Amino acid sequence: MARAKVYITLKEGILDPQGKTVLRALKSLGYDEVGDVRVGKYMVLELDGTDKARLEERLGQMTEQLLANPIIENYQMEVEI
Amino acid sequence: MRFGVVVFPGSNCDHDCHYVIKSVLGQDVDYVWHGSTDVAGYDCLVLPGGFSYGDYLRTGAVAKFSPVMKAVAKHADSGGLVIGICNGFQILLEAGLLPGAIMRNVGLKFICRFVDVRVETTSTPWTSAAHQGQVLRIPIAHNEGNYQVPPDVLVEMKRKGQIVLRYCSPEGSVLQEFNPNGATESIAGICSAGGNVLGMMPHPERASEAEIGSEDGMVIWRSLLAHCGV
Repeated sequence: MARAKVYITLKEGILDPQGKTVLRALKSLGYDEVGDVRVGKYMVLELDGTDKARLEERLGQMTEQLLANPIIENYQMEVEI
Repeated sequence: MRFGVVVFPGSNCDHDCHYVIKSVLGQDVDYVWHGSTDVAGYDCLVLPGGFSYGDYLRTGAVAKFSPVMKAVAKHADSGGLVIGICNGFQILLEAGLLPGAIMRNVGLKFICRFVDVRVETTSTPWTSAAHQGQVLRIPIAHNEGNYQVPPDVLVEMKRKGQIVLRYCSPEGSVLQEFNPNGATESIAGICSAGGNVLGMMPHPERASEAEIGSEDGMVIWRSLLAHCGV
């Protein structure tokens, strides 16, 4: 069983209302070093198979088709065999 | 005229749409279950508001894979009329039947209130009974209504007259202070290049009788009936 991790974030230039709210909250707590916050999604998938290249290709398709919306979101993924 | 109101798990404005079409407009209407793959015989398909599939992942992201959506796409591709209201609009975007995407409201709050929207074009089946610049008072009820679209696509949409409704002041001025959700250029409703597919965040079915506060939504329905020669 392989394990995959998918990280989805809003594209640069797309306003992230949640990120802005978290940023303001951190500032109000005195964490002045925080410059920006982007809130995203983290998903963990269990996958059958041992062919890493094949699993990565399939996971890319899953992400493009369903997990992320390529119009507004970017993604990164990792597959561990 | 025959309407089909598509029912997804989690739709909650399906009965409102059915009621308006049947009792106010006096037209034929059926519910179409999301598992159905046949929408033959319907002049207009309505994707109603609600929370299809619990809004999990992203609004409309799971509903776009419902069996019925292939039939809806085929209907739309052959010039058939489709209106997506609120969650229905979100589904049409996810399905790629309309350009762009919807994000969370800028204020992070669910907003349920009347808004004013300005008719930007009367050259669509949905707005032919309006006059250019007419202000409609129709309620919104959404947490994700912040319409976003890549700049190059927006230019093309404007060129083709696909911007149908914009949030505005009661007098019809499009100003940022009257934009409830942060939508790009205050966009509240758009149509396909061919005009046969409409997506809008405001709920015309909640503004179709004077008794409930506004009948401005009737402008949309009356336009549609006139377009179909009813």
